[in-house]
Amino acid sequence: METNYAITVDDLTVAYNYKPVLWDIDLAIPEGVLMCIVGPNGAGKSTLIKSILGIIKPIAGTVSVFGKPYKKQRSLVAYVPQKGSVDWDFPTTALDVVMMGTYGSLGWIKRPGQKEKKASLEALEKVGMLPFKNRQISQLSGGQQQRIFLARALVQNASIYFMDEPFQGVDATTEKAIINILKELRKAGKTVVVVHHDLQTVPEYFDWVTFLNVKKIATGPVKDIFNDDNLTKTYGINYKVSVQE
Amino acid sequence: MGTAVLGAICGMLGSFAVLRKQSLLGDAISHAALPGIAIAFLITGVKDSNIFLLGALVSGLLGTFWIRSITKKTHLKSDTALGLTLSLFFGFGMLLLTFIQKQPNASQAGLDTYLFGQAATLLEKDVWLIAIVAGISLLILFIFWKEFKILLFDEDYTKTLGFNTRFIDVLITTFIVITIVLGLQTVGVILMSAMLLAPAAAARQWTNSLGIMVILAAIFGAFSGVVGTGISTVSGNLSTGPVIVLVAASIVLFSFIFSPNRGLLFREIRFRKNRNNIKMHKTLAFMYGIAKTHQNISHPHAIKILNGFQGFSKKSLQELVDLNYVKIDGQQWSMTQEGYQTAENLYDQQIKKSDE
Repeated sequence: METNYAITVDDLTVAYNYKPVLWDIDLAIPEGVLMCIVGPNGAGKSTLIKSILGIIKPIAGTVSVFGKPYKKQRSLVAYVPQKGSVDWDFPTTALDVVMMGTYGSLGWIKRPGQKEKKASLEALEKVGMLPFKNRQISQLSGGQQQRIFLARALVQNASIYFMDEPFQGVDATTEKAIINILKELRKAGKTVVVVHHDLQTVPEYFDWVTFLNVKKIATGPVKDIFNDDNLTKTYGINYKVSVQE
Repeated sequence: MGTAVLGAICGMLGSFAVLRKQSLLGDAISHAALPGIAIAFLITGVKDSNIFLLGALVSGLLGTFWIRSITKKTHLKSDTALGLTLSLFFGFGMLLLTFIQKQPNASQAGLDTYLFGQAATLLEKDVWLIAIVAGISLLILFIFWKEFKILLFDEDYTKTLGFNTRFIDVLITTFIVITIVLGLQTVGVILMSAMLLAPAAAARQWTNSLGIMVILAAIFGAFSGVVGTGISTVSGNLSTGPVIVLVAASIVLFSFIFSPNRGLLFREIRFRKNRNNIKMHKTLAFMYGIAKTHQNISHPHAIKILNGFQGFSKKSLQELVDLNYVKIDGQQWSMTQEGYQTAENLYDQQIKKSDE
């Protein structure tokens, strides 16, 4: 059987000022993988996700989702931004934030109704945040805020999930809870792409990995390509990581 | 009447400016409007508020556009861009104003009321104009409520959902600019931004819901408009702008101090109460440590031995007695059964409480 690609990126190049942030990225992400993107600070990991999602306009390159242009396939893709990218003092509740995940399918002007509310409550339940649904978002801990963001993406009921550092600043319990949800998503046949920093946990959490440092270094199954050679190429120093078998 | 409606839309749209962290944009726009007014007068030579508004609108939008492109195309931060544009436009406006005043033309008098505003110069048709704009912005706000809200909270995410964020952004900004321009006649160039920000800042203190915040801001804005205009007319020809802004500022001050959740007063009270509570519980825990060593937990001990414990006070001891955790007999204290049990579960309770 031929592999289906959830995301195909061709010749993607992004520059903010003069220096390119991403250079000539070709990337094909097979459907149904749980993939992480690793690389040093400033390697363009977040930028890669943002340009795939059309938040940043690339200088060159194309992105397709299941073989069609991303713009036509938006509803199949959900995004979990970095937690620090929003103002958590915004006057709204946890449930309200999750409801925002339904706005895309609602389209312009229409208001969310009972159906959307029910879906949002279910998503809150899935991430274990149901008791906090009416909590003002500034009164949630960092881990709880991250779970709210995850619930907002879940409610979109997409096929592909992009997450920008979902494990940043969360405690071990939340990390476990989040990774369990991600694994469930994969089991349900969804594709999940995560920007990740902790190299130690890569073999345990993910089955697919992309090494990135402005250029794409390598991409493939964790068990084949997650090795010292690629890590050294990506991080520039002689990297040794103990890969558990 | 006109100032009430004006205050209301200022409050509503100001909420969005505050939440977008674009508070100073209003200041820049209103200052940028001044040369527009002056040029409109120079070209037409008549004093017609509608023509002035048009001029103000054009130069206000031009100023906004400048700020945007400065931040985008140079390395300057937005505060620098705002400051530059604001002072440049305002300086140019003042220059034109002094130039106009030197002209022999008699009709030039009164242009300077645009600096601080004069509600008395509002004609009935001006009030109508304000009311119509208020109606339209209310309608727009209602229709695009969901879109405004999500854009304010998380712009990148809004883009991924397929909304045209630039359209929403332009819509909000345009209405903010129009509102500012309308307010110039009443509140004046210099203080217009306070009219936009003060009601919103005050409203934020009272609620954690965006909807209620917008409504409250509208009410506060209307209130400051009415009271401010009232004071300024009653006490003779005081400029309306400063009076309205002072009223609005008092509301802000009041809100900062007295609002139940975020206010300074109640926070201080809660903080004290909490600290006393913990102090009291710590004392109980200390007593528990002593009582535990005896077979009979209610064995009496001298109060003196508590003195060495930091955090002990007569007040907290009295509280413990009131709660029936401890009994006092002369200079001796003894623990009750109830107090003993409470002390045993103290830590768990503290945790539960902070989790609530």
